[in-house]
Formats: sequence, C-alpha cells, structure tokens
Amino acid sequence: MTDVTFILRDGSRRTLDIAEGTSVMQAAVMENLKGIDGECGGCLSCATCHVYVEAIGTGALPPMDEEENALLDGVAAERRPESRLSCQILATPGLSGLVLRVPERQV
Amino acid sequence: MTDRLVVVGASHAGCRLAFAARELGFAGEIVLIGAEPTPPYQRPPLSKGYLKGATPLAAILLKSEAAFHEAGIALRLGTPVTAIDRTARTVALASGGAIAWSRLALTTGARVRRLAVPGADLAGVFHMRDLADADALGAALPGAARAVVVGGGFIGLEAAAVLRGLGLAVTVLEAADRLAPRAFPPLLSAWLKTLHESRGVDVRLGAQLREIVGRDGRVAAAGLADGHEIACDLVVVGIGVVPADDLARDAGLAVDRGILVDAHGLTSDPAIAAAGDCARHPNPWAATPGAPTLLESVQNAHDQARVAAAALVGRPIVHDAVPWFWSDQYDTRIQMAGLSHPDDEIVLRGDPAAGRFSLLHLRDGRLAAVDSVGWPQDHMAARRLLIDRPAIDPERAGRHDGGLADLCRIG
Ligand SMILES: Cc1cc2nc3c(=O)[nH]c(=O)nc-3n(C[C@H](O)[C@H](O)[C@H](O)COP(=O)(O)OP(=O)(O)OC[C@H]3O[C@@H](n4cnc5c(N)ncnc54)[C@H](O)[C@@H]3O)c2cc1C
Ligand code: FES
Repeated sequence: MTDVTFILRDGSRRTLDIAEGTSVMQAAVMENLKGIDGECGGCLSCATCHVYVEAIGTGALPPMDEEENALLDGVAAERRPESRLSCQILATPGLSGLVLRVPERQV
Repeated sequence: MTDRLVVVGASHAGCRLAFAARELGFAGEIVLIGAEPTPPYQRPPLSKGYLKGATPLAAILLKSEAAFHEAGIALRLGTPVTAIDRTARTVALASGGAIAWSRLALTTGARVRRLAVPGADLAGVFHMRDLADADALGAALPGAARAVVVGGGFIGLEAAAVLRGLGLAVTVLEAADRLAPRAFPPLLSAWLKTLHESRGVDVRLGAQLREIVGRDGRVAAAGLADGHEIACDLVVVGIGVVPADDLARDAGLAVDRGILVDAHGLTSDPAIAAAGDCARHPNPWAATPGAPTLLESVQNAHDQARVAAAALVGRPIVHDAVPWFWSDQYDTRIQMAGLSHPDDEIVLRGDPAAGRFSLLHLRDGRLAAVDSVGWPQDHMAARRLLIDRPAIDPERAGRHDGGLADLCRIG
C-alpha cells in the first residue's frame, strides 16, 4: 500500500492508503475526495484529475508522456511546472509519502 | 414525514446525483436503488480496457463502500423499481414492498436495442450495455476465432478493435453507407473505415443482416440480405439504445422518447427530477438552441445529475455544460466537443494520414463542434472555446496549424 496525502482546497489534508497499481485519481474518486473529478475514468480524455505535486516520497514519479503533457495544456486551473494528471500516477511502494495539492478548479 | 431523496438507477447519473445532493447540503435520507447486483461502476471501459482484460472490476467502480457510508447514501442493489406512485409518493420494488420519498430522481439510463432478426436468441449473440453483458462476452472469447459485429457505431467499433486486438477475425456490418453516420461527418467515417481495415477488420457498409444462422443452438454465421453468409463463432450487437422511460410514462410524467425535463432537470412533476441517458433535456448546444435533446455520454450524465440534484435541494442552476465525448479504438483517441449537425460546414485541420487532425464544425460562421483524432490539445481547447462560440474564417482555419485558441483569436 502507498500513502498519498492530498492538500484540499480548504487547506485540510487527507491521506489515502492506495493499493499498488491503482491510479491516484481512481483512489481519490472512489473515496469521494473533493476536487478530483476524473470524469473520463483515467483514459486521458478529460484533464479533470489535475494535481500539483508538492513533495515526492522516496521513489520518483513516473515520467510524463506526450499525451499527458498535451492534456495538461488544457487544465482548467493554472498549469505549473509541478502539474500532473493523477490518473497517470500509479501507486507503487516507492511513492509512499507523495503529497499532492488539489487545484482551485477542474472544470 | 422523513425528508427522503430516492434515486432510481445506480450508475453514472444516479451515483453523481446522490453525492451531489449531499454536497449541496441535503440533510435528509438518500436511498440509491439499482437493478444491477454490482456496486455502481463505469460503463465506458466495458467495451475498452475491461473487455480486453486489462482493467479489473475493482478499478472501474465509481465509489467505494466507505464513500457511500460516509456520505450517508444507502445503496439498494439488485432491486429493480417496478412502479412510481406519485400520490402516495412511493416507489414499488420488484422484491416486494415500497419505499417512500419526498423527492425522487430517475436515472434509469438506457437499454440496448435488441436485434430483431431470426436467430437473435442463439447462444453466442451478445449485446453491450451492462457489466453482465461484458462478462458474458468475455467468457465466450477464449476459443472463439471469428466475430461479426453488428453496427458500426462507437460501441460496435470499440468492440471490434478489442476483439481484433485479441486476435479474432472480425467483420463489422453497418447498414448505412458509412460508419457512425449519426455521430460523424463523412470524412471521419471514411477515416475510421481505413483505420479498422488497416488493422485487418472486414468492414461491410450497406450490409443488411437477414438472420443469424445457428447450428446446434449456437451461432454459426451471419446471413445477409444479399444472400452472403459470414461464418462466425460469435456476434456482438451494437445497434443503439432506447431510453428507459417506462417507469416515468406509467406514472403519467411527460415522456417523448425519453423523460422530458426542463433546464433544471425537473420533470413535469417538480418533485421528480431525471438525468442522464434517460432524460431528454433542452440543450443550448443543439443546432436549434434549447431543442429537446437526448445525449448518451458520461459527461452529460454527470453534468445533468449535478443540475438535477441542485433543483431537488432547492438551489436550481441551468444545465449549459459544453457536451463532450470520447471513444478509444486501438491506440487512437477520438474526442468530440459541442454538438454537431449534418448541415454544419466542415473544416479540416491537421493531417489525417498522420492520425492527428480535427474537424471544425461551423454553423453560421461560428464554431459549433470539434471532432478531434489523436489531438487532445485541440479537444481541450475546443471545450473552452465553444463556450463563446467564436466566429471562424474557414479559409484561414484550413491553413492554420497552430493552436486552436490562436486560430480563434486571429479569426
Ligand atoms: C459499452 C459502453 C461504452 C461506452 N463508452 C463511452 C465513452 O467512451 N464515453 C462516454 O462518454 N460514454 C460512453 N458510454 C455511454 C455512457 O456509459 C452512458 O452515457 C452512461 O452510462 C449514462 O449513465 P446513466 O446513469 O444515465 O445510465 P446507465 O449507465 O444506463 O445506468 C442506468 C442504471 O439504472 C438501472 N435501472 C434502470 N431501470 C431501473 C429500475 N426500474 N429500477 C432500478 N434500476 C434501474 C440500470 O440497471 C442501470 O444500472 C458507453 C456506454 C456503453 C454501454
Ligand atoms: S481522469 Fe481523465 S485525464 Fe485523468
């Protein structure tokens, strides 16, 4: 299991224990975490699973592919260097300690 | 009396509506009733990753048990609702008994149109709507070598792509003279045909299915009206859906090929809302803005559900979200934004041969819809730009190869 902490819009923090191989978006949506929509279910069609990476754990994040990069151009909130789509981050033990900030808006 | 919101239909729209009502401050009881035995799940993967075997059920569930619990939403699964009593304000359950409501939401979705030719009931004929359908088809795949897909729309084409990817010989039968004629302009239909043919799918246009030929109670071939027979081990049917509006009709609500709702998602009875595939709603993006429109998409189910929830909790908003949709076929992503119309002027930008292009639909010189293939930037840009329906110079649009947003600024 991988601990991933979300900083929500109101500043509060919520940590989810995510099963290996599950995407961070999927876990957040399943747990009804506010601010992650994931409308397309993780198939890189919606850009409503945008997060800002605040801190990474011990392991590195998976590299961003061209499609994720393209979709990030269309996110509703500001795109920043630390922007990622959370459906493209699969939980691995090395990612424990990951801290993600939810953007002000997804649509 | 207890203030209780009952939601009938526990899928994309029902699930979203129940959670939205709670988030909007509804303090009463919420009961989400679904006919299917499985907890609410995402439907799009059924003809994509789930069918392929790449995505397990756990990864396509909509909400965890804990999330339902935390939001105080009582789930009643495997419980079809058989009738609505608007006077007593109850719904009757197939299992017997009734549940009282003070506010009611209908999110009953759509049912597949079933094949109506001789042999349609043979073993080996599969429809595509529910998890059970996908599981039945999945279970028949090992050992199957040849598939016939009836219907060249999204679902049929997605299924064809998956089956082909699993190594089956696949024939697609489409009655019209091009693929996905309802959804796409001719250029995109032609491009899709080339895509599928390049992967080895046999695409038959203008193909009239006469019967499914059986042997020992199982599918053996698809018989066409022109006398041809295509031998196959299984048949996948994707010939569209019919809105599940019978409960509403029987209860005397206004219905016209779908439950009629207003811009706030309310039916002809203001205590009852409807949303998703079952709800015909005034859509500002229709060719005649505000025309009653039935859409079958996750986006529409989600956005309508939010609007309907808001109306039910007494904080009405208007449903005006830009419609969008996606389809994955092989490794190609097709995305649509806005609502197209056959009379739209079509401008091509990008390179179809390279699998990266968009078709801009112009209506009275303004951007009305965008179909994008392999070009997610264009799709995302379109969803934002469409809000303002910018004027576009077709001449310029065809030549321009920068971002869609820049085009609108110059145009
Ligand atoms: C195979 C497949 C692939 C798809 N792919 C895409 C895609 O890529 N992108 C996209 O945007 N959309 C896609 N769609 C469409 C999308 O899934 C639908 O638009 C969406 O599911 C609509 O949600 P809904 O909640 O309105 O209806 P539904 O999902 O149809 O759910 C309705 C639910 O209500 C239940 N129900 C009906 N009557 C009763 C009753 N009397 N009592 C109790 N329960 C009842 C049904 O059992 C069902 O579970 C796809 C659909 C299918 C079938
Ligand atoms: S969930 Fe749609 S792009 Fe991530």
